[in-house]
Amino acid sequence: MSEPILKIDNLRTSFRIKDDYYPAVDGVSLTVNKNELLAIVGESGCGKSALAFSIMNLHSRAKIEGNIDFKGQNIANLPTSKLNKLRGKDMGMIFQDPLTALNPLMIIGEQIGEILLIHGTNSAEKRKERVLELLNKVGIPRPEHVFNQFPHELSGGMRQRVVIAMAIANNPELLIADEPTTSLDVTIQSQILDLIKELKEESGAGVILITHDLGVVAEMADRVAVMYAGQIVEIADVYTLFENPLHPYTRSLLNSVPTANEEQSTLHVIQGVVPALQNLPREGCRFGARIPWIADSAHEKNPQLHEVSPGHFVRCTCYKDFHFPDRDKEGNRHVVS
Amino acid sequence: MWKFSIRRIMIMIPQVILLSIIVFMLAKMMPGDALTGLIDPNVDPNTIAEKREELGLNDPWYEQYTRWVAGVFTGDLGQSFHFKMPVSELVWQRIVNSFWLSLLTLVLTYLIAIPLGITSGRYNDSWADRLITGYTYIGFAAPLFIFALVMLWIFGFHLGWFPTGGSVKPGLTPGTFEYVMSKLYHMLLPALSMALITTVSTVQYLRSEIIDTKQKDFILTARAKGASESRVYNRHILRNSLLPIAAFFGYEITGLIGGSIFIENIFGYPGMGQLFLNSILLRDYSVVTSLVLLFGILTILGTLLSDIILSLVDPRIRIK
Repeated sequence: MSEPILKIDNLRTSFRIKDDYYPAVDGVSLTVNKNELLAIVGESGCGKSALAFSIMNLHSRAKIEGNIDFKGQNIANLPTSKLNKLRGKDMGMIFQDPLTALNPLMIIGEQIGEILLIHGTNSAEKRKERVLELLNKVGIPRPEHVFNQFPHELSGGMRQRVVIAMAIANNPELLIADEPTTSLDVTIQSQILDLIKELKEESGAGVILITHDLGVVAEMADRVAVMYAGQIVEIADVYTLFENPLHPYTRSLLNSVPTANEEQSTLHVIQGVVPALQNLPREGCRFGARIPWIADSAHEKNPQLHEVSPGHFVRCTCYKDFHFPDRDKEGNRHVVS
Repeated sequence: MWKFSIRRIMIMIPQVILLSIIVFMLAKMMPGDALTGLIDPNVDPNTIAEKREELGLNDPWYEQYTRWVAGVFTGDLGQSFHFKMPVSELVWQRIVNSFWLSLLTLVLTYLIAIPLGITSGRYNDSWADRLITGYTYIGFAAPLFIFALVMLWIFGFHLGWFPTGGSVKPGLTPGTFEYVMSKLYHMLLPALSMALITTVSTVQYLRSEIIDTKQKDFILTARAKGASESRVYNRHILRNSLLPIAAFFGYEITGLIGGSIFIENIFGYPGMGQLFLNSILLRDYSVVTSLVLLFGILTILGTLLSDIILSLVDPRIRIK
């Protein structure tokens, strides 16, 4: 199981706002193993996508610090010309919105063919053969016909299949899926997720799945990293995380999922929002502000990841004292301050 | 595709009929007629009245209109009162002149616009971009007739590099190499003056299109494929950015025949724009109506052409 293909060490990705750089990914370390699906969850603005884009260095203007070890070389801040040899070949990316991820002026065959061409398949015949094979693999009916179609002639689900076909065209060892199902409807979602899982099993690639859908995580992931405000707050294998979630943020997230079998008068809501990048406190527990009923003394001054059981890490000590706010009879929250 | 084009052409017919009626009525409503301005005021008013009757100027408007339309269909646009020659012949001479001048202008416009627009869009917010946008602001702010006069003054009179008027050196035989070169030489300054000003909107257009396309998701897809920077620009960004410019091209072609009133008058270039202004001043209304009708039809054709070009280059609006 554990042959790592990607090792991220203390990654900081900072964006420039006015004259200062603010890290959106702030000291993230993680590993992805072969044939493993690592899910990264968190609210919008937690830095999940920023992290994913940093791996392939797709940010146009960002400062990236730290190590990204991929196949034995540090690819953080690798010059684009060298990075281009890896992008699309050893690592593939599946984007969030298939409606905009395809070039509207190119036929499908040409778009998928391009990635083969860039990485050295020069014969047009071989390219076409491979593209048809890929279209078949991702479950597109009538590949011959779709080959000559333009993106606008396909449905959202079909386009996402095309995007996936593109990402796996050169059998990458690492596949990054950035919320691949967010813009699709529910029935298509599960088809696409099954497809990604299938492809992973088949190729043995490591997959990073960015999502905010905990249902998807439970179904798909081998390991889960929970991100909050640019940091990983909890990381564990999927069973441990769902059985024994520790960090207040993880617990709050899990508690916010509506369940059908439980009579619940109100749905749990996490107070507040993720602070904007330039307002983010850089000291103390970053989640502290959203659980004000927990005493300040429960938090660490400089929260670290603690290994509570093998492979299960939690940031900050506040998880020990965490409890949900009491509710009165009407179901209103009673905040102890 | 053909069905679409034919349908579009069918829609044009009522447009053209309506246009011709409006043009004709407006011309009739202009104070005075050809006889007011041309004839010696000492001529006996009775003779003038007789002449009017003879030319059919006293007939009801619809009779005059049908006569005119019938003429237009047979290629007879009437007689120019001022030039004493058939309008069709007169217009043809001028169209040829205007066409070459405008073609040169158009070529220069794109020769300037495309490299500047691409540089400005690709390296936006660099010093080169600031320089180019600076130029476009000056271009937007400078009125064409002032700029053309300055160009004429500097390069025509002061430096004497270019001729200051006419379309060809007198005394050359049409068709010879010298004749063609002389024509080109005469066109160069007016064309350049106009291109330098009109190109700025295309530069700005292209710049903002490129900046816009650069941020599209499919560009990220292309980068994630491992495409080199030049490939990303040439295959993905540029093609998508040129779409609206290609569509605009239809209108530009219309301008080829319309000529330019300012430029032709300033440089004394015998083209359509100059003819148009002169015929209005001389109340040569058979020429005016013919020209307005022609310009109107060209505009309608230009829109059609734009639609067809756009449907050819953009698969999303391809008509089946």
